[in-house]
Amino acid sequence: MNTLTLPSPTAFRTSVTDESVLDEAGHAESTLQVTAGTKIRAEDVNAWFGKAHVLKDISLDIAERRATALIGPSGCGKSTFIRCLNRLHEVVPGARYKGRILLDGEDIYHRALDPVLLRRRVGMVFQRPNPFPTLSIRDNVLAGWKLAGQRPKDPDGLVERSLRQAALWDEVKDVLNRSGSSLSGGQQQRLCIARALALEPEVLLMDEPCSALDPIATAKVEELIHELKERYTIVIVTHSMQQAARVSDFTAFLYLGELVEFNTTEAIFTRPANQRTEDYITGRFG
Amino acid sequence: MDGYLRRKTFDILARWGSLAMVLVALVPLIAVLGYLVMKGAGGLSWAFFTQLPKPVGEVGGGMANALTGSAILVGLACLIGLPVGILGGIYLAEFGDNAFGKVVRFCADVMSGVPSIAVGIFVYGLVVLSMRRFSALAGAIALAILMQPIVMRTTEELLRLVPMTLREAGLALGLPKWRVILGVVLRTGASGIATGIMLAIARVAGETAPLLFTAFGSRFISLKLDQPMGSLPVQIYTYAVSPYEDWHRQAWAAALVLVGLVLALNLLARVLTRQPGQGR
Repeated sequence: MNTLTLPSPTAFRTSVTDESVLDEAGHAESTLQVTAGTKIRAEDVNAWFGKAHVLKDISLDIAERRATALIGPSGCGKSTFIRCLNRLHEVVPGARYKGRILLDGEDIYHRALDPVLLRRRVGMVFQRPNPFPTLSIRDNVLAGWKLAGQRPKDPDGLVERSLRQAALWDEVKDVLNRSGSSLSGGQQQRLCIARALALEPEVLLMDEPCSALDPIATAKVEELIHELKERYTIVIVTHSMQQAARVSDFTAFLYLGELVEFNTTEAIFTRPANQRTEDYITGRFG
Repeated sequence: MDGYLRRKTFDILARWGSLAMVLVALVPLIAVLGYLVMKGAGGLSWAFFTQLPKPVGEVGGGMANALTGSAILVGLACLIGLPVGILGGIYLAEFGDNAFGKVVRFCADVMSGVPSIAVGIFVYGLVVLSMRRFSALAGAIALAILMQPIVMRTTEELLRLVPMTLREAGLALGLPKWRVILGVVLRTGASGIATGIMLAIARVAGETAPLLFTAFGSRFISLKLDQPMGSLPVQIYTYAVSPYEDWHRQAWAAALVLVGLVLALNLLARVLTRQPGQGR
C-alpha cells in the first residue's frame, strides 16, 4: 500500500480555485497523519440529466479503507456523484456523463470495461431498503450470485459471514427462509448491506442509507460503517451532518453541483475553509 | 333546511341510491348463474364428459369431443399467444418509452377492442382459405390473436408496477440487464402476470365467433391440428339452435361447464395474485 496523505495538495483539486482552501488543505495535511492509498480518483467529473448540468468538474480522491462522506443540500449532486462511481448514473434515460474516474488507476468508463463487472467490485446500498420481495432472506443475501447464475463455493458460510458483517445474523439466523420483506425497515437495510457484502466488493457506496430508518436502526447502521471501513472503502452520501461527522474520515461538501470543499472530516467540521461550507454546517442554509 | 340536514339528506340519498344500483347490477349476474344451474345441472353426467355425441334421435352421448377440442385449441393458442404477449409486454415496460412504444401500446389497445368475429374473418381469409380447410390451427391462431394484446398490456402494466429501486438493486449487484429483467422484474411481477394470463384464457375459452369458421367443429375427438376440431362454445351454439330437445339439454349443461371453467380460472387468478405468505 502506498502511503499518501489525503487530501494532499497534489491530490486535492476542486473546481473552486480558492487560495485559502488549498492553504487550509495543506494545513490539514501537516496536522493529521492519515495513511491511506487512493482507491478512487475522480477527475473533472461532469454529469447531466437531459439539459440539467448536475455535476460540474468534480475532482476528488477517495481513500482506501476509509469512509468518505458527501454532504450538501438536496439536489447538490451528491447522489449523482456516487452513482457515477458504479456507472448506475448512465442507466437513467437522458443521463450523460463526462470526465474520468479511476478505480485502482483503471478508467472505469473505458470501452473495454464491462459495467457489470465493475458493479461487482463497487457495491451499493440505497436510500430505501430494497430487498427482493420474492426471495427469502437467505436468497436475498445470495442474490448477486444466484441471479447471475453462479454458485458461491460455500453458500451457507457466505450467508452467515455476510449477515454477521452486516450485524444481522443473530436476528435472522432462525428465519433465513422467510421473505426478505418480512423484516423491519432497519433490518431490511442491513439485509441489503449483507447482500452487497456477499459479493465481496472493494468499495461500498451508500446513498443516504439511514434516511428511511429510525434513530435506533440508524445507530446500528452507523456502528456497522465503523466496522466495515476496516475492510472496505466506503463512500456515503448523507443529509445529516452529524452522521458525516460520526462515521467518516473525509468529507466533501457539494453545493449546486460543485465541490466546494474537501478535507478530513475533522477539518471540515472544526475549521472549514470556505464560507459556504461554514454556513452549511452551522445550519445557516440547506 | 339548514346545512346539516341538507348534507345528511344528500348523503343518505347518494348512499342508498348507489346501493340500489349495485343490486340491479347483481340481478343479471345471479339470474344467469341461477338459470344455468337450473337448466344445465340435470344434463351433467359422467357420460356428458366422457362420451361422444350420439347421432340425432338417439338419447344420451356427451361432449368429450368439445371438451378435448377446447382444451387443445386454448392450449395451442397459449403456445402461440403467450410468448408474443409476454415478450411484447417486457419490451413495452423495459424499452418502450419512445414513440414506437406508444404506437404499439395504442395498437394493442385497439386490438383488444376489435370484435372477435372480425378476428375470425381475418383468420378465415388468411389461414383457412390458403389451407383450403377448416383446422384447429386456424382456430388457435384466431384465439391467440385475441389473447395476445390482453397478455401484452397486463404484462406491461404489472412490470411497470415493479419499483425502479428493485431494478437498480439488481444492476448494482452486478447483474446484466437481461438477468435483472428475468430474475428480478419478471419474478416480482410473476403472480400478477399469471393472473392476467388466466383472465385472458378465460376470455378466449368462451369465444364462439372466431371459431365458427376457423376450427369449425367436429363430432369426433381429433388430435390432428390441420383438421376441424370441436369446441365447447361452438357445440353449444350448434346444439342450442337445433330443434332437438335432448341437444338443448346438453347445450345448457355445456354452458354451465363453460361458466364453471371461467369461474375456476378467475378463482385461480385470485389465488395467484395473493402475495406469497410470510414464513414461506
